[in-house]
Amino acid sequence: MKVTFPHMGNIYIPIESLVQGMGHDVVVPPMDTKRTLDLGTKYSPDTTCLPFKIIVGNLIEGIDLGADCVLMAGGTGPCRLGYYGEVHKGILEDLGKKVEFITIEPPRGNNPNFWPQLGKLFEKTNLKRFAGGCLLAWAKLNACEELELLALVVRPREREFGSTSRLLKQAFQQIKKAQSLSAVGKFREESVHAVKGLMSTSEKEKVLRVGLVGEIYTVLEPFVNLQIEERLGYLGVEVYRTISLVDWVKNHIFKQGIGLRIDQALRRSAAGYLRGFVGGHGLETVARTVDLAEKDYAGAIHILPMTCMPEIVAQAILPQISEDKHIPVLSLVVDEHTGEAGFQTRLEAFVDLLHRRERCRILG
Amino acid sequence: MAKHQVYLGVDVGSVSTNLVLVDPKRLPAESVVKKIYLRTNGAPIETLQAGLARLQSQGQWDILGVGATGSGRELAGTIIGADVVKNEITAHAIAALLHNAQVRTVVEIGGQDSKIIVLRDGVVVDFAMNTVCAAGTGSFLDQQASRLSIPIDQFGPLALQSKNPVRIAGRCTVFAESDMIHKQQLGHAIPDILAGLCLAMVRNYLSNVAKGKAIHPIVLFQGGVAANAGMRRALEEALELPVEVPPYFDVMGAVGVAKLAQEHLESSGQTTRFGGLEIAHSHFTSSSFECPDCSNRCEIVQISRDDSPLACWGSRCGKFSE
Repeated sequence: MKVTFPHMGNIYIPIESLVQGMGHDVVVPPMDTKRTLDLGTKYSPDTTCLPFKIIVGNLIEGIDLGADCVLMAGGTGPCRLGYYGEVHKGILEDLGKKVEFITIEPPRGNNPNFWPQLGKLFEKTNLKRFAGGCLLAWAKLNACEELELLALVVRPREREFGSTSRLLKQAFQQIKKAQSLSAVGKFREESVHAVKGLMSTSEKEKVLRVGLVGEIYTVLEPFVNLQIEERLGYLGVEVYRTISLVDWVKNHIFKQGIGLRIDQALRRSAAGYLRGFVGGHGLETVARTVDLAEKDYAGAIHILPMTCMPEIVAQAILPQISEDKHIPVLSLVVDEHTGEAGFQTRLEAFVDLLHRRERCRILG
Repeated sequence: MAKHQVYLGVDVGSVSTNLVLVDPKRLPAESVVKKIYLRTNGAPIETLQAGLARLQSQGQWDILGVGATGSGRELAGTIIGADVVKNEITAHAIAALLHNAQVRTVVEIGGQDSKIIVLRDGVVVDFAMNTVCAAGTGSFLDQQASRLSIPIDQFGPLALQSKNPVRIAGRCTVFAESDMIHKQQLGHAIPDILAGLCLAMVRNYLSNVAKGKAIHPIVLFQGGVAANAGMRRALEEALELPVEVPPYFDVMGAVGVAKLAQEHLESSGQTTRFGGLEIAHSHFTSSSFECPDCSNRCEIVQISRDDSPLACWGSRCGKFSE
């Protein structure tokens, strides 16, 4: 089968290796562009969230490049994503795209498709090959994330404007092409060293530390969040991304896979504000904002897609946390109508606010 | 005659372009020595040049520094050589503090956006801008006034005559308009409809932009819409607080950014990058193209002055920006 799948940041790099390990060809859809968004909004119901629409665009572009199978993540709610696979499948059918549609669901309840779909995915591979693909994917995921997180620290301090992002782009392509664990390791090491070398040793202005919380797709996909991490970097802000794919895999696949609970720490942090899981990353957003305040971050930026239920729950709670814990919070809602100018204005004004606040704190 | 030493503040907004000259030696309340308020009419460069030409013809100025703000701040900043390019929220907050250091809430309603700025002890602690809808901004009031053939400056006085404002659905401008037409056809008087519209706009502002914000006095009302006495009264009624309109309410952004330019130059010891009022007579052209080099497909804009390239922007990778 020729498999395609939706984008989310750099996740296509490890997924490609994983699917190759299953013995399939991979069609990586073109990176998100205005065309992806146009296709997505054209064929999606209007009130679905932006991630839904971009995914539709990705899948259509992937199929147009020759894919005959779609791999999509499922879920069991309350986030609507759990049902997106089914709706996507319907949309593609209506468009006359004849493809196999495989939604990977958590093996809960009595999902009759679980084993047959898994069987189809794995019919062409053997344990050794698949294990090799998994290891390579895991190494690539770790390498990409390490570089992304390092860039967040280096960007506000880079000597030459834009150099970090340029270098990162090359590094990701090298990692994508690497076919062995040792090659991934080598590129990872070289790139980390090179990125660190871009950093200026003297700080012109104090770099503020700001945490980024919110819905996972909008946090991780630069096209959807209008490159918020880069924008903040250029405004002299070191971003701390509270969502990590590496941690997500550790928690949801390794730990939850063997029946361990994963949300005790989150519940502890969110105590007094939110008692438990509300779907998506709602609980994470609340808990992490509390953590950011306690770790003395200058502020928190909350990003969410329009109509995202779990994050709307969190958004309603954040002003209270902001008041109790004295941490400025900016909520940014994105959809296909988000204007770049207004977005940038809010970020700049928020950074000004944080700078003036810090100055007052220092002056006492 | 000696030239008057001043700082220039420029606010290029969606509806209006404002230029102010601020005398750093005067007290804040009377520091604005010249103010020019022009309609942008979708031509920011030409409007800005017209403003500069008017300044040139109205006195002898020694411009010590320039600040640019508003949605067209990057463009304006490039063209005139601004020392400071700042977002309008910070600029408005600074101007409000110059007017009254005790201010704790700034309500700003402009042509296409509206914002609330919350200050404590002279520092911005929170702000919000309208996110999804332009209902309740100046453009809509403008549009309705012209539909009713009422000059916009008569809107406020007429609304104040109303004793029984009618209730207008204000959630969305489209529905507000059809509701207004319906009320007209029922025979309600124009002043009652206008006053009702003001109340609806204020309700909309408070429930969309200012939701969840603690509004404490002193409240300043600024932006072009503050000229409308009907809106002032509606805001006071809804907040149950007195609302103050500063004397330069319509050019506060420009005043604030002029002050920021002054602060910046005085603290850094640099001299201004201002290109001179002669810019008014240069010929600017802008062209744009889609960069094909990667999947971002950025729209690149290039500005030229008298046929030599001045600046380029719009790329995400930083290409062309030198």
